[in-house]
Amino acid sequence: MTTHLTIDPVTRVEGHLKVDLEVEGGQVKDAKCTGSLFRGFELIMRGREPKDAQQLTQRICGICPQSHGLAASLSLEEALGVEPPENARIMRNLMQGINYVMSHLLHFYHLAVLDFVKGPETAPFMPAYKGDYRLPQKANEAVIGHYFQALDVRKKCHEMLALFGGKMPHSVTSVPGGVTEKPTVDRIVSFAGRLKEVRLFVEQEYVPDVLGLAKYYADYYRIGSGCKNFLSFGVFPLDKAHKQRLFKRGTYLQGRDGEMETKHISEQVKHAWYQEETSNKNPLQGETVPRVKKNGAYSFVKAPRYRGNPCEVGPLARMWINGDYRRGISVMDRTAARALETLKIVRALEDWIGQLKPGEKTCNEAGPVRQGEGAGLTEAPRGAVGHWIRIVEGKTQEYRIIPPTNWNCSPRDDADVRGPLEEALIGTPIKDPKNPIEAARVIHSFDP
Amino acid sequence: MDRKGLTRRDFLKLFGLTTAGIGFGDSLTSSALGQEGVRKVLSVLEGIVADRPKVIWFQAAGCTGCSISLLNSVHPDIAQVLTRIISLEAHQSLMAPCGKQALNVFEEAITQKAGKFILIVEGAIPTAEKGLYGRFGEDENGELTLLHWVKRLGDAAKAVVSVGTCAAFGGIPAAEPNVIGAKSVGAVLSKPVINVPGCPPHPDWMIGTLAHVLLFGLPDLDEFQRPKLFYGKEIHANCPRYFDFEKQRYAKHPGDEGCLIFQGCKGPIAQADCPQRLWNNGVNWCIGSKAPCLGCVQPEFPDRLSPLYAALPEEKIRTKFKPPEKKKP
Repeated sequence: MTTHLTIDPVTRVEGHLKVDLEVEGGQVKDAKCTGSLFRGFELIMRGREPKDAQQLTQRICGICPQSHGLAASLSLEEALGVEPPENARIMRNLMQGINYVMSHLLHFYHLAVLDFVKGPETAPFMPAYKGDYRLPQKANEAVIGHYFQALDVRKKCHEMLALFGGKMPHSVTSVPGGVTEKPTVDRIVSFAGRLKEVRLFVEQEYVPDVLGLAKYYADYYRIGSGCKNFLSFGVFPLDKAHKQRLFKRGTYLQGRDGEMETKHISEQVKHAWYQEETSNKNPLQGETVPRVKKNGAYSFVKAPRYRGNPCEVGPLARMWINGDYRRGISVMDRTAARALETLKIVRALEDWIGQLKPGEKTCNEAGPVRQGEGAGLTEAPRGAVGHWIRIVEGKTQEYRIIPPTNWNCSPRDDADVRGPLEEALIGTPIKDPKNPIEAARVIHSFDP
Repeated sequence: MDRKGLTRRDFLKLFGLTTAGIGFGDSLTSSALGQEGVRKVLSVLEGIVADRPKVIWFQAAGCTGCSISLLNSVHPDIAQVLTRIISLEAHQSLMAPCGKQALNVFEEAITQKAGKFILIVEGAIPTAEKGLYGRFGEDENGELTLLHWVKRLGDAAKAVVSVGTCAAFGGIPAAEPNVIGAKSVGAVLSKPVINVPGCPPHPDWMIGTLAHVLLFGLPDLDEFQRPKLFYGKEIHANCPRYFDFEKQRYAKHPGDEGCLIFQGCKGPIAQADCPQRLWNNGVNWCIGSKAPCLGCVQPEFPDRLSPLYAALPEEKIRTKFKPPEKKKP
């Protein structure tokens, strides 16, 4: 007998997500992911001053605005032909890096952990799904203690970002050509002083909590594997020409490592609420024409594909492509890779903060541009983010955004192939259809 | 000072940072679970105040940035807010319940706690196509929308607070061409709403407004329903660069010293206490970081303040301030 289950809303995510499940014999047999909100950022960009994009597009996501702003800045820099000075590259790495730490802590302690750990007996921790919460009482208490401690640590991360970014969320200093803020010594020491506290928390609490949790939930190393393809745009350039990055650009398709070339990216909309004729186009060739009542469609998320393949993006994809983590692909591998990535970044930040040069340039002038195109490819904490801009007569004519959640939570594509999260849900055991906590664990492992 | 005098090792030592660190291999075998070190933190839970005022936070068409800004509150910190000041009955990004269970929390607030909770809305409300650009849950008759929930929650609430410029004025979702018909919360409800705009709002503005409602009732509001306490004066009037403006010393590029008015600064029309309050534990603010104010607390944001990096028309500045010298820098 097949039971139909709807998880709507999926809470503890950024944005509006719904998941439909077909459960048969105690296992998920089919799954559909629905992004249920459309705001129309790509349409809003049209006809505007191109430079406004790096401010406006940050408002796509209040958790990773830094990455959207950076993608926009990079696309504009390509279109305008301007290169930021070294200080700006380093400050951008610092801002982006500390926001990764903020986002990963927030994801583990405040979004995902309540699927594994019993919260305090008060709102907003109650009610919760009934299920197999397996930690012994003391360990459970320790993690909840860290829930509150992590609130403080993630706040510090935003203070560090604001030192160079003006304010957070939605920083203001990254502009095409560089960064407006100056790396003065007081800002450098203020950043470094807080960084030590953050590193200690990551090393002594976050990573051990994740690896400890994994021991009690070892079966989740076998649950939620998904499409087994990865894509990363690469992030944290280590030199002016972006030849080396802390996480390299690349793909992993059907078990083989490969290069990443944007010409192989297409967005498909057979099952998304957009006009059919716009399907299967390369980003800048595409168009966004919403059709809210389209038959057979079930999501506002388009289905991006690489060489026609669904691809998982995020910390596991980055760590996998970079050769830092290749244990496996599952709920627990995603969670562990995210924590180990945080550790790697927090240590890189210690190097980078020492590389800033007070008194030297932070911004090169970006003149006006009448015509041009640019692509801005980077990685948000939750995965690959790409912005594409076409400028005609000094205005933005077309703007395309592929955020990470489009890759991970995509609906079926034109060939009816499921998206990565949909595929990962297949086979997930569901003990009690009224309390599908196992599915929640799979969903949250993607940080949707 | 000779910058080269300080080696990287010296620099790291100065802050007690590490050069060696533990390898991944070591971390994989260690576990801090069960350690006693968190006892102090857990004491926060022993101080949970019973019968805290109930707050329902509803996220509509937004980006979660207002919620994240709330988490950045310094005094009181967010743990104090959650355990001692309010009972956050629902908040999509933080609540443990999922799916039907989560939907029931909102439904029960309407049917069983009407008049007993404060509603905070984050995000604009999509109204085109009967609200179908923003779907949220379903009942026996089919899909429900953000519009449906905001109307019902708003009707049942004791007071409604719109946080962020999207909820207060429509904000970026309502920017041209606004195919989703995004509207402010005030525009879809029949009762008065307190607006706490900003993209995002400062945590002090949100918590301060909430505290005012809880302790002293409705705060003094301006023409845009914003508490005068926080939005009482133009940023320009309190700007540390006002003297540069007076002396007609203008920044030629973003990042330069001098008044940022020709870099698009909206300080002369934007009303908020950012110059004194500062952001993120007081470490910085927009103009402090040499970037122009975007005017994000204003109903005109973003369309009527675009292009964002273009100078305000002179007549807009003239209403309260002496206009800048005609000749550009």
